[in-house]
Amino acid sequence: MTVTVYVPRDSAALAVGAERVARRIAVEAAARGIDVQVVRNGSRGLFWLEPLVEVQTPLGRMAYGPVDADDVPGLFDAGFLAGQSHALGHGPTDKIPYLANQERLTFARMGISDPLSLADYQAHEGFAGLRAALALTPAEVVQQVLDAGLRGRGGAAFPAGIKWKTVLGAEAAQKYVVCNADEGDSGTFSDRMTMEGDPFMLIEGMTIAGIATGATQGYIYVRSEYPHAIATLNEAIQLAEAGGFLGADILGSGRRFTLEVRKGAGSYVCGEETALLDSIEGKRGIVRAKPPLPAIEGLFGQPTLINNVITLASVPVILARGAAHYRDFGVGRSRGTLPIQLAGNIRHGGLVEKAFGVTMRELLYDYGGGSASGRPIKAVQVGGPLGAYLPESKWDLPLDYEAYAAAGGSVGHGGIVVHDDTADLSKLARYAMEFCAIESCGKCTPCRIGSTRGVEVIDKIRAGQNRPQQVALLRDLCNTMVHGSLCAMGGMTPFPVLSALDHFPQDFGLAVPDREAA
Amino acid sequence: MTPGYPDPIPADEPLRVVREVLERRASDAGALLPILHELQDRLGHVPPDVVPEIASALNLSRAEVHGVVTYYHHFRSEPAARHVIQICRAEACQAMGADALVAHAQQRLGCALHGRSADGAFTLEPVFCLGLCASSPAMTLDEEPHARMTAQRFDALVAEAGSAA
Repeated sequence: MTVTVYVPRDSAALAVGAERVARRIAVEAAARGIDVQVVRNGSRGLFWLEPLVEVQTPLGRMAYGPVDADDVPGLFDAGFLAGQSHALGHGPTDKIPYLANQERLTFARMGISDPLSLADYQAHEGFAGLRAALALTPAEVVQQVLDAGLRGRGGAAFPAGIKWKTVLGAEAAQKYVVCNADEGDSGTFSDRMTMEGDPFMLIEGMTIAGIATGATQGYIYVRSEYPHAIATLNEAIQLAEAGGFLGADILGSGRRFTLEVRKGAGSYVCGEETALLDSIEGKRGIVRAKPPLPAIEGLFGQPTLINNVITLASVPVILARGAAHYRDFGVGRSRGTLPIQLAGNIRHGGLVEKAFGVTMRELLYDYGGGSASGRPIKAVQVGGPLGAYLPESKWDLPLDYEAYAAAGGSVGHGGIVVHDDTADLSKLARYAMEFCAIESCGKCTPCRIGSTRGVEVIDKIRAGQNRPQQVALLRDLCNTMVHGSLCAMGGMTPFPVLSALDHFPQDFGLAVPDREAA
Repeated sequence: MTPGYPDPIPADEPLRVVREVLERRASDAGALLPILHELQDRLGHVPPDVVPEIASALNLSRAEVHGVVTYYHHFRSEPAARHVIQICRAEACQAMGADALVAHAQQRLGCALHGRSADGAFTLEPVFCLGLCASSPAMTLDEEPHARMTAQRFDALVAEAGSAA
């Protein structure tokens, strides 16, 4: 009898030796004359357990991790192929509390299926959304997305259905669907996991978007730092075309949609949608003024639907299970679920998909298990390098776009970077300005020059030169950047800077009461 | 041949490659980035003297092509060493000791960021996020990801790659 063993192919598993583990399992099985099939699945998102090896047993899939190649003979000796116990064993994978307590809609298949098996994908609800969409009119598909309350998961949280409706209503011979897979925010990896671990879901979401808006050509703009994601997507696109899920006649419907992967080139600002469009057009990624909206005049001047990976990947489940099913998760105007990414100095870092409304404290301690270093957590940065640093007093807010905005922060792409009490927030504030100086596209002066001046001013504050004056200057500079920049690069760099200054004045050598005066 | 450098490319090779690539791709929509990627993948860098050829095929000015090549961090105008190490310096990795890893790497390789190791075999660069933020600190060696890095693991990787060179 063949035993199926799963060893993830996700970059985060490869980065800690999954390839060697997979090879060792095959070698060991052959040496022992055991028939083992090794499936390279995506990651479950429990990264502290990677490489997480799973074995299919009559009792379900049993988890072992983190497995080093040298642990493999011992696992065979212990009878892991029959799900026997071992020091690295965690019992049935889906009973691990970290996973069992999640609400996985978008990530339902993640780590379970073989990312490049069309059969496996369809055995797990794959293409049910596309089939449902093909039975509807374009306007009805758009209505489903509107009714689900889906908002842009890339960070701006703009209602996805409104964009879809605008592109549907735009008249043009050629329209485009563009997927923003330029996931450059530190602390985020849900796009990467999707492309590497469940690429057909993104392809399905984009195909539905094409059908709904009348676009026949799609582009996925993936950052160059993700070579494995690019390779997996390209392979998945070929398989989907061969299977009739992409191409000139999708599932015999007569509808056309083709997809192409475009590789970025290491520019952070190309994650901004208009800069991204310029980059696909072969130009420097410079931010465009809006209007015109990309939905009216986007890629190559044509109506273009541009959405983030997770936004598009959330569409298949909405169409498959209905808008109401999705909308019933979440709170307030933040509907559905968010694949949250726990990163940085956290014991149990990984992917936690939950309905909106979960608190930071639950995420940090119930899921994350506290800091990796064992020291107290001092600050968390939510929403990437342009997100605010939140102190403990803000950790009981519900994770919800409006609640975070009201607290001066942003949910962004759902990335949470944890810092312990050794972190120096003035250094991190300086880094935010330095990063902006490196990555600014240069179009807006407050961003291009202001970021460099910001580094200098923070250096003076840190060195204790005319501190009160320099703090006033820094606030004034931040105000200019917020109001004088076209996009979030210059417009939001002040968020981490000012939140660090407001919540952690002692790190800038300021007396704590200064916070009230500010 | 200089130790540590990739095998030398014949002098007329870049022009032959660029013409072949342009022939195949010049008429694609938004062709410039895919063309530059293919050139860099095949030649190891985008030689400045092929810029006029690209500009003419795409009906762009040389300044426009030069602007694109130099705007994006990924494109190189000069060849890198045989091995390229990129260490993530973004916030999640900073929270787990990326600065110390960078300092160790600089000391071990005997060069600064953006520099070439004392033995010429490694180019050391910073990178901003590899998407391995729950397994920090992270780096790549010749595009292959490595996470939960320590100084010891770094030394082992460098020794392994160095001896294979």
